[in-house]
This record gives sequence, structure tokens and C-alpha cells, in this order.
Amino acid sequence: MIHVLAFYLFAILVVSSGALTILSRNPVHSVLWLILAFFNAAGLMILLGAEFIAMLLVIVYVGAVVVLFLFVVMMLDIDFAELRAGFVSYLPFGLLIALVLLAEIVLGIGLWSAGPVELAQRAAPANPELSNIQAIGGILYTRYIFLFEAAGIVLLVAMIGAIVLTHRARGGVRGQNVAKQNRRRPQDAVRNINQPVGQGVEL
Amino acid sequence: MIETASLLAVLPELILTGSGLVLMLIAAFGGDRSTHAVNWLAVLALLAAGLSLCTSMAHGPVAFDGLVRADAFSVYAKALIYGAAGAAILLAPRFFAAGGALRPEYAVLIVFAAIGMGMMVSAGDMLTLYVGLEMNSLASYVLASFMRQDEKSSEAGLKYFVLGSLASGILLYGISLLYGFTGSTAFDGIAIAMGDGVSKGELFGLVFVLAGLAFKISAVPFHMWTPDVYEGAPTPVTAFFGSAPKVAAMGLMVRVAIEALGPAGLDWQQIIIFVALASILFGAVAAIGQTSIKRLMAYSSINNVGFALVGLAAGTPAGVAATMSYMAIYVVMTIGAFACILQMRDADGKPVDTIASLAGLSQSRKGLSAAFAIFMFSMAGIPPLFGFWAKFLVFDAAVAANLTALAAFGIAMSVIGAFYYLKIIKTIYFDEPAAPYEAKGGAVENIIMAACAIVIVFGYLLNPLLDKASAAAAASLF
Repeated sequence: MIHVLAFYLFAILVVSSGALTILSRNPVHSVLWLILAFFNAAGLMILLGAEFIAMLLVIVYVGAVVVLFLFVVMMLDIDFAELRAGFVSYLPFGLLIALVLLAEIVLGIGLWSAGPVELAQRAAPANPELSNIQAIGGILYTRYIFLFEAAGIVLLVAMIGAIVLTHRARGGVRGQNVAKQNRRRPQDAVRNINQPVGQGVEL
Repeated sequence: MIETASLLAVLPELILTGSGLVLMLIAAFGGDRSTHAVNWLAVLALLAAGLSLCTSMAHGPVAFDGLVRADAFSVYAKALIYGAAGAAILLAPRFFAAGGALRPEYAVLIVFAAIGMGMMVSAGDMLTLYVGLEMNSLASYVLASFMRQDEKSSEAGLKYFVLGSLASGILLYGISLLYGFTGSTAFDGIAIAMGDGVSKGELFGLVFVLAGLAFKISAVPFHMWTPDVYEGAPTPVTAFFGSAPKVAAMGLMVRVAIEALGPAGLDWQQIIIFVALASILFGAVAAIGQTSIKRLMAYSSINNVGFALVGLAAGTPAGVAATMSYMAIYVVMTIGAFACILQMRDADGKPVDTIASLAGLSQSRKGLSAAFAIFMFSMAGIPPLFGFWAKFLVFDAAVAANLTALAAFGIAMSVIGAFYYLKIIKTIYFDEPAAPYEAKGGAVENIIMAACAIVIVFGYLLNPLLDKASAAAAASLF
């Protein structure tokens, strides 16, 4: 009973915040509605017993992707009223895409109910005793440790690449010199004077 | 638990990773002044990794539960890859000296690309394949646009990145289909599942995987990026693209085709035959009208990949051995040819790449012209140069596997290909002299050029050795 209640709570919130994402006039509000949609989708995942995906959804999508959206929306000067102006002319195209997606859903459900896809026996069925996170962690850091480390190097290469392509030495920048800062004493920087009344300050 | 034997089997990768990280630190603290030191240290690291190949095989062939293979095949391919990568680092400083654009990250990126390529050729699992491929590709995208002020270089990097990501997507889609329908990402697991007949889903996966890999070796019909990227990228980077990643991707293709998709041999054989034919034809015909020698080398590489694939199309141990011999000889020819192309600098030391500027070179630079002629004759497949043996081996394997028509077509097309190679020689020796080049080439360029030329001319003496090595490499796959 409580499951059904929770499901409908999350499902209704996902659908309605999804609708508000595309309907709200202010793009920042859209992004915030999107975040709410992701949170509720994470709730649905937990109901399915996929707590790892739920956490990924929150950490990756909410924590990184949507925040990036937010930055883009706030930093770029996009005239959303102008973007919306073409709504009617793009409507047939949008409807077409919606139709394709609908057909895919119908086909998918149809195939699923027609019988399982001809999949071979899985090499290693998951242990039902373990939670998702334990199962993934157990295999990621033992059997696949080589690839895990290699993936780290791939990220390092991406980082080096981004810096190589964009970093340039700028002129006129005041860098921080920690040693110089530490060397400086209060008596070099601060002067106590008894300022007589009615005279200008000598700087 | 990580076993020591597994770690020892990937010793070359460990050495390169460690030195890559240290070099990065040197580059970060030393700035552009450390460029020369980093270059030489990177070459030393590649050399050390190459030497460690001798021991890595003793702990193989299977490491990390089958994720990695350390067999004769991977050792053979890695030796070629490290050699070509080292040459690409050594050839760079003189080229970049004109623009002052060489930074220490160049050598570091090549080292990381070498790690990725090593993983590619020693992959025993689709996941290793993909991670290695991405590591190599990411480094390559950055290298292609290394001269970021140069419009063409940036364009090359962007094009390579967009098309490369698309190819990675196609490859991943194929891998996911194979995983879904066979239940395994390991090469031997896939082969076992395919043993009892190839299902439709597996066939789709196979086609997508081969399409993704064909992009990486720039085989027709997935070659579109090659001319633009080869032309736009800085010339040492083009030399690198033409050699090491080609060996890695070809090694990967051979390994996947034989080890993972072996039971579906008849299915992939027709694909490989088509790709080989199309590459040979297109590479030969499209190169004729080119005016830039870098573009010409791009079409030449497409053509050569087609010839190498003829060996794989045979699908026999002899065919695979022929493909690997072909790649070894091709790498030497490519590095040598690019050592020549890098010396094409006008009197002010600025690099030029038009074929017209080569006119009458024989009157001012005798050594360079002779080397050019040797490499072009060899690529055209004129005996007794080494390039002839490469072609001979693949056609021999094809005929032995009853692919006589394919071999005959290849021989006919190599005549068309010979036209544009010979045209360069004619321009150098028989045309009216154009504006002269710089009077002398760099010492490193000359040494690499001379070494490659000697190997090409006296290569047939190495034949027994090369045959033995490629036969051992091929035998470890079957």
C-alpha cells in the first residue's frame, strides 16, 4: 500500500515538474523544475531497488549536469522570447518527434510482453544478497581494477588536453607570492599616527 | 586481488604511466624551458617500455582475468607502436621551431596515446578495447589541434573529434549489442557464444563493431576524415597518425576479428573484402589529383590499409602474419617518408607542403631526393625494395586462401597507385627547379630518414626475422 502511494507521489511529481520545465516562462525556473524532476525520478529508482542509479541521478545529473545548465542559462545572453517565437513553425517537427518516441514506447512494450528477447544466459548472475552498490564496488575494485585505473588516465588525458588547447600566459596578471606575503610584517604595512584635528591626512 | 603476474604482464603500460605522470610534473614546473628534456625523457620512457616487453610475455598470456593479453601478437604490435611514437617525438622539435609552438605537453600526450595503443593491441575484452581506444583518441584529438593558433590545425582537431566521437558511439553500440546477445564482453566468451551459430543480433553487433574499427584505421567508407586531418595537423603529428595509431587499430581489428568473432568468420570476411577493395580503389584513384603532399600521404595510407586488410580477409594464420608484416614495413616507409616531408622547408625555414615545390629538388638536395625516391618506389611496390615484399606477402596469403580475384584486383590497382608515387619522383628529378629549399636538414631528421631508407633498401635481408616474428604473432591468436 505504502509502495503504491509512494509510486504515485513520485510519478505525479515527475510528470508535473517535467511539464512545468517546458511550460515555465523563466529559463532559470525551468532548470529548477528539471532538478525537481530528477529528484523524483531518483525516488522512483529507489522504489525499484536500484539505489545506485538513484544516487547517480542525483550526483551526476543534479550535481553536475543541471548545475552546468544553470550556469549556461545565467551566463549566456539568450533571448528566450525570441527562441519561443518560432514555436508554431517548429510545431509539426516537434509533433513528429513526439510521434516517433510514442511509437518506440508502444513497440518496446509490445516486444516486452511478446516474450523475452533472445538473450543468452548471463555469465555471472547477480547475487541477490548484495545491494547494488556492494556488487558494483566488489567487482569494480577487484576484477576490473585495471580498467578503473585506465579510465582515470583517460580523464587525466582529457584534462591535459583541455589545458593544452586553452591555457595561455596572460600579461598584466598579479600572481600571488606566498613567500612575499609571509615575509611582510605589520610594522612595514601599518603606521600608527596621532592625527591632529583639522589637518589633511598624509598618505 | 591483483596478482603480481598480472602487474608484470602490463609492465610496459605501468612504466609509461609512471613516466607520463612524472613528465607532466616536470612540464608543469619547468614550463616551456623543459621541452627538450621532456622530449628526450619521453623517448627514454618509450625505450624502457619497449625493453620491458621482453619480460612481459613470460607472465602472460592472460592477465587481469582475461582483460589483458600479453602474447607474441601484442609484443610485436607494441614494439612497432613504441618505435613509431618515439620517432614522432624526435621529429617534432625542428618543425615546431619555426612557429615556437612546441610545448612539453606534446611528448606527454604521445606517451599517453602510446599507453592507450598498447591497451588496444593487448585487449582481451571489449572494455579494455574501448578504454584503450578512447585514451589514444583523446590524446590524438588534442595533438591534431596542437598548433591552436593555426586555423587549419584547429579545424583538423575539431573534425577529428566530432567524427571520432561518432565512430566511438557506433563502436559502443556494436559492443552493447554483442554483450546483449552473447552475455559476455570477453573475446573468448563472445567466441564461445557465437560457436553455436551466429544470431541476427550478434551479426548486427559485429557489423557495428567493424564499422567503428574501420573508422579508426581510416578504411573506405569511413575514411572521410583522413585527408582533412592529415593536412591540417602539424606534420610531425601527421607522421604519428600515419604510423602508430594505424598499427594499433589494425592490430585491434585483427584481434577482434580472429579471437572474438572467429566463429563468424564467413560473415566478417565479406565485410573485410569489401572494405579492402574499396580502400585500395579509392586510395589509388583519389590521390592522383592532390597538390598537397600531406593529403597525398593520407590517400596513400587509405590505400595501404586496404592492402593490409587483404591479408586479414584471408582469415588464415598466414594471412594475419602477412597483415602484421605489412604494417611493420608500412610504418618504416611512413616514418621515413615523413622524415623527408618534414625537411620540405623554404629558404626562410617555413614548412611547405605542395608537391609543386618539390620540382627539381634533385639539383639542390641530392640526399633528400634519393631518400624520397626510395620511399616512393617502395610504396609503389617496386622490387627489390621492402614495400614489394609487403604486398607480395598479403597477395600470397590471399591466393592461398582462394581469394585470387581479390589479389588480382589489388595488383591491378597497385599499378594505378604507382602512378602518383612515380609522379613525385618525376617532379623531383625531371622538372624545372622551383624555389630552392633550406640548404640543410636537421640532424635528427637526417638520421631517421637514412635509417629508414637503409631498412627499406636492404629490408629483404631482414625477411627471415620478420617472417618469424609475424608468424609467432599470428600463431598466438589462433
